[in-house]
Amino acid sequence: MKSLIDILDFSVEEVNALLDTADDIIANPDKYAECCKRKKLATLFFEPSTRTRLSFEAAMIELGGSVIGFSDAQNTSSSKGESVSDTAKVISCYADIIAMRHPKEGAPLVAAQAASIPVINAGDGGHNHPTQTLADLLTIRREKGSLENFTIGFCGDLKFGRTVHSLINALARYEGVRVVLISPDELKLPSYVKTDVLDRKGISYTQTTDLEAVMPELDVLYMTRVQKERFFNEEDYLRLKDSYILTPQKLTAAKKDLCILHPLPRVNEISVAIDDDPRACYFKQVLCAKYVRMALILKLLKEAGKIV
Amino acid sequence: MNIDSIHNGFVIDHIPAGRGMKLYELLGLDALDCSIALIKNVPSKKMGKKDIIKIDADISLNLDLIGFFAPDVTVNIIRDGVLVEKKSIALPEYLTGVIRCKNPRCITSCEQELAHKFKLTDAENHVYRCIYCETKASTEQ
Ligand SMILES: [Zn+2]
Repeated sequence: MKSLIDILDFSVEEVNALLDTADDIIANPDKYAECCKRKKLATLFFEPSTRTRLSFEAAMIELGGSVIGFSDAQNTSSSKGESVSDTAKVISCYADIIAMRHPKEGAPLVAAQAASIPVINAGDGGHNHPTQTLADLLTIRREKGSLENFTIGFCGDLKFGRTVHSLINALARYEGVRVVLISPDELKLPSYVKTDVLDRKGISYTQTTDLEAVMPELDVLYMTRVQKERFFNEEDYLRLKDSYILTPQKLTAAKKDLCILHPLPRVNEISVAIDDDPRACYFKQVLCAKYVRMALILKLLKEAGKIV
Repeated sequence: MNIDSIHNGFVIDHIPAGRGMKLYELLGLDALDCSIALIKNVPSKKMGKKDIIKIDADISLNLDLIGFFAPDVTVNIIRDGVLVEKKSIALPEYLTGVIRCKNPRCITSCEQELAHKFKLTDAENHVYRCIYCETKASTEQ
């Protein structure tokens, strides 16, 4: 049973085909309006993430399917001690596909090993969030026309930011991608990502603490949130959270066709004044996330033989 | 090497010097009542010094554990006093139930009876990562 746990579970060809489907859904939504009629998506959210859950639910509804699920583990059998594996087996009897979010790393993989229906990882702790990566790829491809030959700057929390690691992993498989890492020293990209991904794939990258200095080079700027829960003490958080805030003034030296992304929610990393700038693509990214989830549900249900 | 003393069993050869005792413990050999020899610091042309373990019993050896802990060892299988097979132990692709994931945020820390499983992700540097959370395995455990 094909599931999506890690973005690297899909080959580059599979990812490209998925993005093609998403493009087609955007162009011809009516064509897809009944594709998943009488099919059920189970959203199993063991930790709350309203944004991601609603995106999955909207995706399934727009495909003509319906949704069952829960959004808080407090009221489920897992609070009585049921294993992830048992939950997956039980839900396999009710639904056609699962989207699972869980605070423990690897929980969706455990579910996929036990379930008889496809499982989509909708975020497992600080580990993977492959549908966010697919949304990032779709947005970049739609804005830039291709996933090759561009320079992307990652700014903010590159140490704990799983969306960053995952997108770097995915982009490393395309030609001519240059990476600029912009973060305070405390939140630098972990060295294993540099050695295992960037160095191994021969991706050229530079590292800096100065966002403005590298701004003119960038085709894509990926901003991230500096999360409070990643810090052991309040002092470090308060000192660092404002270090990398994007303001209209910092954008003066940027390219005219820069594409600004952010996995959202933002706290204050991007000034609201930038929202009306045509280069701000983070709300388009949210829309892309829904469409790419639609494409993903279609792909997995097709491969499982549940729809034609 | 001298295998006279072994009738049916194994000679684990080319263990990096100093690791024999730890391997002895990990393989649970102290629990066996057959004759077992742990020979330390044997001169070796290839390695300078090496450790050797001889086991005179037909037990089931955890080759994955040996491969992970002491790669490049040779396991000689002795039957009726004759060397019947010389196995070079390569790094296993997966380690299941051999070592534990120490990441408290990993699903292995709470899921009932879930085997801890690691995958070889970098053969050159002997790196194993948990298949669930990708935490690097440590040889020190
Ligand atoms: Zn783990």
